[in-house]
Amino acid sequence: MMASSYNAKDEDGHITVSGPGGGTLRSKKPENTAFKQQRLPAWQPILTAGTVLPAFFIIGLIFIPIGIGLYVTSNNIKEFEVTLYDMSGPHQNPFRNCNNVFMYYGLSNFYQNHRRYVKSRDDSQLNGDLESLMKPSKECEPYAYHENKPIAPCGAIANSMFNDTLELFYNDPNGTKIQIPMTATGIAWWTDKHVKFRNPTDNANLTAVFQGTTKPVNWRRPVYELDTDPQNNGFINEDFIVWMRTAALPTFRKLYRIIPKKNSMVPTLLRGNYTLEVVYNYPVRSFEGRKRMILSTISWMGGKNPFLGIAYITVGSVCFFLGVVLLIIHHKYGNRNNSADIAN
Amino acid sequence: DTKNPRLDRGGENPNRHYANNKIKTTKYTVLSFLPKNLFEQFHRFANVYFVFIALLNFVPVVNAFQPELALAPVVFILSVTAIKDLWEDYRRHRSDKEINHMDCLVYSRVERRYVEKYWKEVRVGDFIRLRCNEILPADVLLLSSSDPDRLCHIETATLDGETNLKQRQVVRSFFDLDCDFDPLKYNSVIECEKPNNDLNRFRGYIIHRSGRRDALYKENLLLRGCTIRNTEEAVGIVIYAGHETKAMLNNNGPRYKRSKLERQMNVDVFWCVIILLVMCLFAAVGHGLWMFQYGDKRPVFDVLSPEGTDLSPIMSAIYLFLTMIIVFQVLIPISLFVSIEIVKICQVYFIHQDMDLYDEETDSHLQCRALNITEDLGQMQYIFSDKTGTLTENKMVFRRCTVAGVEYSHDANARRLAMYQEMDSEEEECTSHGGTLPRRDSVTSHQSAPVVLRSQSTKSHRRTGSRAEAKRASILSKHTAFSSPMEKDITPDPQLLDKVNECSSQMDFMRFHSQPMSQLPSDLSDIIDFFIALTICNTVVVSSPNQPRQKVRMRFELKSPVKTIEDFIKRFTPSRLTSGSNSSSSSSLITNRSSNKGCSSMLSSPSAESTLTKLDEERPPRGLDHAFSPVPPCYDGKAWDKEEGELRYEAESPDEAALVYAARAYKCSLVGRLPDQVTVELPHLGKLSFELLHTLGFDSTRKRMSVVVRHPLTDQITVYTKGADSVIMDLIKPPNTGKRQKKIVYRTQNYLNLYAADGLRTLCIAKKILSKDEYACWLQRHLEAETAIQGREELLFESALRLETNLQLLGATGIEDRLQDGVPETIASLRKAGLQIWVLTGDKQETAVNIAYACKLLDPEEEILTLNADSQEACALLLEESLHYIQAKFLCSSTDQAAKAFHTNFAPFEIYPSSSPSSSSSHTVPFMVHRLGLVIDGRTLAYALDKSLEDKFLAVARSCRSVLCCRSTPLQKSMVVKLVRNKLKVMTLAIGDGANDVSMIQVADVGVGISGQEGMQAVMASDFALPRFRYLQKLLLVHGHWCYSRLANMILYFFYKNAMFVALIFWYQFYCGFSGSAMIDQWYLIFFNLMFSAFPQLITGTLDKDVSAETLQQLPHLYVNGQNSEEYKPYMFWMNMIDAFYQSLVCFFIPYFAYADSDVDLFTWGTPITTLALFTILLHLGIETKTWTWMNWLSITFSIALFFTVALCYNASCPTCYSPSNPYWTMQRLLQDPLFYLLCAITPVAALLPRYFYRACQGTLFPSPVQVGRQLDKLPTEIRRNILSLSRVKVGSPLSPKPPFLSLAKPSPKGCNKKDQRSFPSSNTPPAKKGPVSQADEEKGQRSQVQPSDSVRSHSDLYTLVATEIDTLPYTKDAPTTLGGATASFNQSL
Repeated sequence: MMASSYNAKDEDGHITVSGPGGGTLRSKKPENTAFKQQRLPAWQPILTAGTVLPAFFIIGLIFIPIGIGLYVTSNNIKEFEVTLYDMSGPHQNPFRNCNNVFMYYGLSNFYQNHRRYVKSRDDSQLNGDLESLMKPSKECEPYAYHENKPIAPCGAIANSMFNDTLELFYNDPNGTKIQIPMTATGIAWWTDKHVKFRNPTDNANLTAVFQGTTKPVNWRRPVYELDTDPQNNGFINEDFIVWMRTAALPTFRKLYRIIPKKNSMVPTLLRGNYTLEVVYNYPVRSFEGRKRMILSTISWMGGKNPFLGIAYITVGSVCFFLGVVLLIIHHKYGNRNNSADIAN
Repeated sequence: DTKNPRLDRGGENPNRHYANNKIKTTKYTVLSFLPKNLFEQFHRFANVYFVFIALLNFVPVVNAFQPELALAPVVFILSVTAIKDLWEDYRRHRSDKEINHMDCLVYSRVERRYVEKYWKEVRVGDFIRLRCNEILPADVLLLSSSDPDRLCHIETATLDGETNLKQRQVVRSFFDLDCDFDPLKYNSVIECEKPNNDLNRFRGYIIHRSGRRDALYKENLLLRGCTIRNTEEAVGIVIYAGHETKAMLNNNGPRYKRSKLERQMNVDVFWCVIILLVMCLFAAVGHGLWMFQYGDKRPVFDVLSPEGTDLSPIMSAIYLFLTMIIVFQVLIPISLFVSIEIVKICQVYFIHQDMDLYDEETDSHLQCRALNITEDLGQMQYIFSDKTGTLTENKMVFRRCTVAGVEYSHDANARRLAMYQEMDSEEEECTSHGGTLPRRDSVTSHQSAPVVLRSQSTKSHRRTGSRAEAKRASILSKHTAFSSPMEKDITPDPQLLDKVNECSSQMDFMRFHSQPMSQLPSDLSDIIDFFIALTICNTVVVSSPNQPRQKVRMRFELKSPVKTIEDFIKRFTPSRLTSGSNSSSSSSLITNRSSNKGCSSMLSSPSAESTLTKLDEERPPRGLDHAFSPVPPCYDGKAWDKEEGELRYEAESPDEAALVYAARAYKCSLVGRLPDQVTVELPHLGKLSFELLHTLGFDSTRKRMSVVVRHPLTDQITVYTKGADSVIMDLIKPPNTGKRQKKIVYRTQNYLNLYAADGLRTLCIAKKILSKDEYACWLQRHLEAETAIQGREELLFESALRLETNLQLLGATGIEDRLQDGVPETIASLRKAGLQIWVLTGDKQETAVNIAYACKLLDPEEEILTLNADSQEACALLLEESLHYIQAKFLCSSTDQAAKAFHTNFAPFEIYPSSSPSSSSSHTVPFMVHRLGLVIDGRTLAYALDKSLEDKFLAVARSCRSVLCCRSTPLQKSMVVKLVRNKLKVMTLAIGDGANDVSMIQVADVGVGISGQEGMQAVMASDFALPRFRYLQKLLLVHGHWCYSRLANMILYFFYKNAMFVALIFWYQFYCGFSGSAMIDQWYLIFFNLMFSAFPQLITGTLDKDVSAETLQQLPHLYVNGQNSEEYKPYMFWMNMIDAFYQSLVCFFIPYFAYADSDVDLFTWGTPITTLALFTILLHLGIETKTWTWMNWLSITFSIALFFTVALCYNASCPTCYSPSNPYWTMQRLLQDPLFYLLCAITPVAALLPRYFYRACQGTLFPSPVQVGRQLDKLPTEIRRNILSLSRVKVGSPLSPKPPFLSLAKPSPKGCNKKDQRSFPSSNTPPAKKGPVSQADEEKGQRSQVQPSDSVRSHSDLYTLVATEIDTLPYTKDAPTTLGGATASFNQSL
C-alpha cells in the first residue's frame, strides 16, 4: 500500500539522471543528529515497586482529605423529597439556612435519552426560524404535523412535556395556608434562554406569530399560552426549555422553581408544616414511572451527592494500601533484582 | 510474432504502431486519479466495510449519526491514502518528465542531419547518434561505431549493477562500412522477437535489399539506460522504445508482503468483529425485551417511526442491530491500518538514517525495498545465508598455486595478507604487536624475506595514509571494481618466479635461434602455459586508472574472429606463420585510437597523454624491482614497464581479476584485449599477441570457460580451459599417455584437496592443442551453431562440450575468498540471539566447511554430521542413523549427572518454546538444539528434500546448531527455505548477494540482498539491501527488535483504546433502553480516534525504545523476545480487552454515580465522560511508553489542547446546528463546574490503578529480560560496560538453561545402551568443558581448530556411505592465519 518513498527512483527502475562526467560525488552518509540516530534525550521511567511507591502514597495522601472534604460538603446540603403519589399533606421542613431553595420535579423510568426521542426536535424552529416554524424538520416526524398544520414546538420531546403544576403552601400555625412565592425564571441555562431558544419574532403578540401552527397533541394549551409573562412565554418559557434539555439517565430531576431567599436573616423556608398542591396532569403509569418533588439547597459542587466524597476516600485508601504492599514487595524483592540478577 | 520495423522513404512512418519512447510510470492521470485510486483502495476489505457502515447511516431507520458526518472518517482515511498516492505519482511524473525531456541526437530525413530531440520523441526505427558518456534512450541496434574494431563499450550498472565495461558489436553487415554511416543509404528490414524482459537474449534478422539475411544477437543491442563509454560515437537504430525496452520491462514495482505481526493482528481484528457482533446482538435483544415489557402501552418516549406506525419489538431489535453496528464501528480500528503504515514509513526512515548501517567505502546505506515488513525483522528464527559474497567479501585473493604437480606455497604472500588482516583488527584493539609492512613496500620488497619492523609512529602514519588511499580507491571504484591493493599486489613465490624467468629466457633464446618451442622441457613449458592461461583465459578488460574508462590500447591490423570457413583457410595458410612475432614487434606503438583515426578526439586524448607523462614523473624509479629480477629488463618494454603497474583490470567475476593480477606478479601481464586478440607481456619475450579465435564463456552448467587462441610462438591452435576442479578433472585426457601426466593429475588432486581444506576456491587450468584438421572440423559445426537462430544457446553449449575434451592439466590455483569484516562476531551474536543459521552455498564441501569454521558457524568443539549419499535409500538410511544417533547421545546424556554440566555449559536453547501450541503434529514438540553441525551436499540434499524424507531431514537438521548445505543449486536453496518455512512454521530470512540467491530471497519471509559486487539481481529481489553482512546484526537485533516491539505495543494499544471507548457507549445502553443512544457527541465519537488520540500513539509507535541500541547489541538474548512474539501474544489481546472493559466501567460509572439523579442533561454528562476517557487513554499510553522525549510530551499536550480547543470552538460555534446533541456552551459551562475537575482527577487514577500496580509488581517480581535490559540502560555507562563485559548476564529466568529434553517423533531410550555407543565411536570426543575465556585459553582455542578434523573424519567415515576421497583427506595442520586472527579477536570480545 504505502509504496516507495525513499528510493522511489531506484525502485521504479528509472535511470538515475546524471550529467556526462558522472556529476558530483555527494556522500549519502546519513546525518549524525540525535533525532535521526534515535538518540533524543529521553526520560526513561522504569516501573518497579521502588519507583512507583511514592506515586501511590502521594495519591493516597491527596485523595483522602479531598474525599473527606467532599463528603462533608455533600452532607451539609439539605434535601427533601416527596413522591407525588401520596398527596398526604403536611411535611416537616428541614431547611433552616437562608439560601435559595430549589424545587425540582423528578421522574424515574422515563427514558428521555432514548435515541429516537432525543432526536425528535427541531432546533431551528426553537431558535425562532420562521421557515422551520411552518415546515418542521423531518426529525420531528411523526410529531411534525397534526391535521396538516405544523406543530409548534414539534417533536416528541416537546410533545411529552411535563405539565403538572406544583405549588407549595406554608401551613401557618394559625390555620391559614400561605403560598410560598416561587420564581419560574432563572431555572434554565442562560445561553438556552437567550441564544438557543427564541420566539419567531419579538412581537409581543405571540398568538399572531404562531398563527397557522397547532399545539403538540398532548398539550392542553398552545405554546403561546404557557405563561402570562411575555419574557417567559412561547419558546422561551423556561419550564419548556428545561424540559427540552433531555436528561442523561432514566431517573432524573429537573429544576422547577426557585424559592428565593428573602433576606439574610430569615430562613428561606420557615420552620413548620407545608402543603404541596399538585395539579396532576402527567401520566406516568404507562411506563411504570414515578414522580417526585424535591426541595434542595445546593453547594459549590452541586446537589447532594455523597458518592464523590466516598469515591475519593476509597481510591485514596486503596492507593495507600497498595503503596504499602509495594513497599513490602520492594523490601523483599527489590534489591535482589537490581544488582544480583544482572551481576550473576 | 515478429516485430518488423520497416523504413520507407516518405509516406507515413511504418513504425508508428510501435510504442514510442515516452515513458509514463505514473499510475494515474488527472481524470483517472479519483476513480482509479478509489477502486484500488476498495480492494482493501476494511475500507469497504467502513464505506458500508457510512452508507448504512443514510438509511433513516437505522441511522445513528448525521449521515454526512459518518462519512468523515472513511473519507479521511481514503483521502490520506489518496494524497499519499498522489504525491508518489507526482514524483514519478516529475522524474518521468525529466527523463522524457533528455536530449539525444536523432537523424532527421528532412534536414539530412542529426538533430537534437527529446527522448520522448524518439521512435522505433529512428537512427540515433550516441556520444561518449551518453545514456541510451532506447534499445538500439548498433549499426556503426567510431571504434576501429566496430565495438561499442557500455556500462550496464543501472541495469545489473555490474561496473565493468561490456563490449557490443556493430551488426555484421555494417562492419565494413567506413566511419560515416549514412542513414539515407540504409535500406534493410529488421525482424526481431517481441519485446521481452530477458536482458541476456536478443534474436533477430536483418534483411537487406539484396535478400541477404544476417542474424542479430544480444551483442548487437545496446540497452536503454546503459551508458556509452570509451566510444566516441556510435550510431544505431531504435528497436524497442519506451515501455517496450528491456529495462522498462524488467522493472516491477515494490513488493507487498504481509508481516507476521499483521497476520496476527488480523486475527484479532476478526475477534473484534466478533465482539462487535456480540455486543450488537446483546443490545438488539435487550432492546427487544425492553420494548416488550411495555406491551401495548407505548410510553411517550418511545417515538413512533416517522410514518407514525408502530414497530414491533422484533423489528425494532433488528433495526437496532444495524444501528449498533454503526455506533460501535469504532471498535474496528479504522485508523489502525493507516497508523501502522505511517509508523512503518517512519521506521523505514529511521533505519535508513542509521549511521551504523552506512558503509563509507561504497557510499551506500541500507535500502528498505519492502516497506511493510520492518517488524518481521524482529521475529526471525532461521537465517539462510549464501556464502560467497555474503559471508565472504567476494574479494578474491590469490593465495597459492600448483603447476605441473609442484606446489608453490606463496608464504610471503600469505604473510602479506596477514598484514592486512592485522590492519583490520588493530582498529579495535589498541594493543600493538610490532609493526606491519607498508603496503607499497610489500610489493617491491617481497623478495627480502625478513619482515621489516616499523616503529609505532610510522604505523599510525601509514594507517592514515591507507585511509586516504582507500577513500580515493573507493571513489575510483565507482568506475572500476576489484581494485583494492590486497587483491592487486601479489607477492610471487620466489621459486616459481625463478622458474618463470628461466623458462621465458629460454624461450626467448629459442626464438632468437628459431628453434621449435617444443624442445622446451615440459615442466617449464607447463609453467609458461599456465601463466598464459591465467592471463588470457578470461574476459578481463584492461583500462588505465586515471582515465577510468579510457582504454589503453594498441593498434594492430584489424582482424575479426574467425567467422567463416574461408576466413579460416585464408588466415591459416603457412605464409602467415610469423604473424605473431610481427605483431609483437609492432606493438611498441602506444596510441590512442582516436588520434590514429583522425576523427575529433579533443576530449580524451590530450588528457590521457598528460596523465601518462605525469605518471612518469611522479613514480619513483622502481630500482628494487630491477635489482631483484635476475635477468636484465627486456628491450622493448621499458615504457610499458612503468605503466604496467597502473593498468587496471576489469573483470566480470572477481576471481578472474585475481588470477590476472597473480599472473602479473610473475611479469606475465595482460596489456590489452580486443575481441580478436589478447596481448600479453612476458618477461624477455616482450609483448606477445594471441589471436583470439573463440571465447567459450563461462556457464554454471559447464562450470568452465575456454579460449581458443593461436599461440604466437608455436603457431599452434591452443585451447586454454579454466574451470572447477570437479569438471576439469573429468575432462583430462585419460592418463594412459604418460606417467608424468598421471603423476601430475594425482598430485594436483592432492593439492586441490589441501587447498579446499584451507577454505580456498580452487580452479584447474588445462590446455589442449588442436591440429588444424581437428580445429577445422570443430569450427564447421561451431559456425553452424553460431548462426543458428533456433536453439542457438543449446547448440553453442554442445559445441563447447565437443571442444573441451582430452585436456592436458597444467595446474591449479587456490584463491582465498576473504571473510567480510565482523562476520564471525555477527554470526556469534545472531546465534546468541536464538537464530539458527544455515549456510547454503554452491561451493565445495571442504571449502564450505572451512569457511564455516572461520566464521564461527561451526565450532571446533561441536560434532559434525556429514551426510553424503549416493541414492535415495542411502540417504534415508543416513538420516535414520543420524536421528538415532542424536537421540542416543542426547537422551541418555540428559539423564546422567555428567551431562548436566555439559548442558549448563553449552546451554542448548529452546527455539520453539510453545510458539505454536495449536497444531499438534510431532513437529511442534519443543526441540532442543544441540551442539551439532550438519553438513550435507547438494546431491544428498536433493534426496533429502524428497517428500518421503523431508520430515526426517528436518528432524535431523533442526536439532543441529548449524547446517551447511554445499554444492546446492539455486533451486535447492529456495526449496530448503520453503521446506523449513512451511514445515516448521518459523520466520525465515534469506540473505545473499548473487543471482543464484534470488529464488531463495524471494521465498523467505524476509529477503536481504547484499549490495556487493555481484550485480544487482539479489538486491532487486530483496526486501532489504545491506552493504555488508555484519550490518545484519544491528538490523535484526536493534531495528528489528524496536520495530517489532513498537508496532506490537501500538497495535495492542489500538485495540485497547477502541474497545475502551466503545465499551463506554455499551454500558450506557443499559440506561437508555438499549436504544442505541450515545451520550458522547457524535463529533467526539468520530474524531476521537482520528484526531484527539491519534498523535501520541504515533509518536510512541515511532520513537519508543524499550532498550537502547548498545544493550540490544551486547545482549543478543533480548532478541528472543521478538522470536517468541512476547510483546504481542494472543492472551495479551484478551488481557487488554479486559483491562479496556474495566477502565471503561470506571470511566462510565464514576460519572454515573456522581451525576445520578441530578438535573444533568445527556451531553453535559457525556462530555466529561469523553474527557475522562481521553485522559485515561493518554495516561495508559504514558504507562506503556518507555522513553519520554520532548516529542512525547509535546504530542500528549497537543492532544489534550486539541481536544479542548475543538470542544470549545465546536460548542460555541452554532446554537442550532449539530442536531441532535446541540451542545451549545456545554464545554464552557463544564469548565466552570468544580465537579468536572474532581471527576478528571479521580477517574483516570481509579481506571489505571490496576495496570500501574501490575506493571510495578511485574517490574520487581518477574521482570522480563527486556526489562532487565532497561534497568541496565539506566546504570551509568561505566558500570554497564563492566556488567556487560562479564557476558554472563543472566537476563531473567526465561533464558536460563532449562533441563535439556529432546523429543523426537519416536523416542527410543534404548539408544543408551552400550551397543549403540560402540557403533558411534565418534562420541568419544567428549565436549571439553569450557570455562570463562581467559587470555591463556586463547591459544588453546586456536589449536583446537585442528580438532574438528578428527570428528569430521570419523563422522564422515561413519555416515558417508560413498567413500569419496575427499572425505578421507587430512586437514591442514596449520590453521590459516585468518582463522586464528578471527578466533583471537572473537574470544576477547566475549
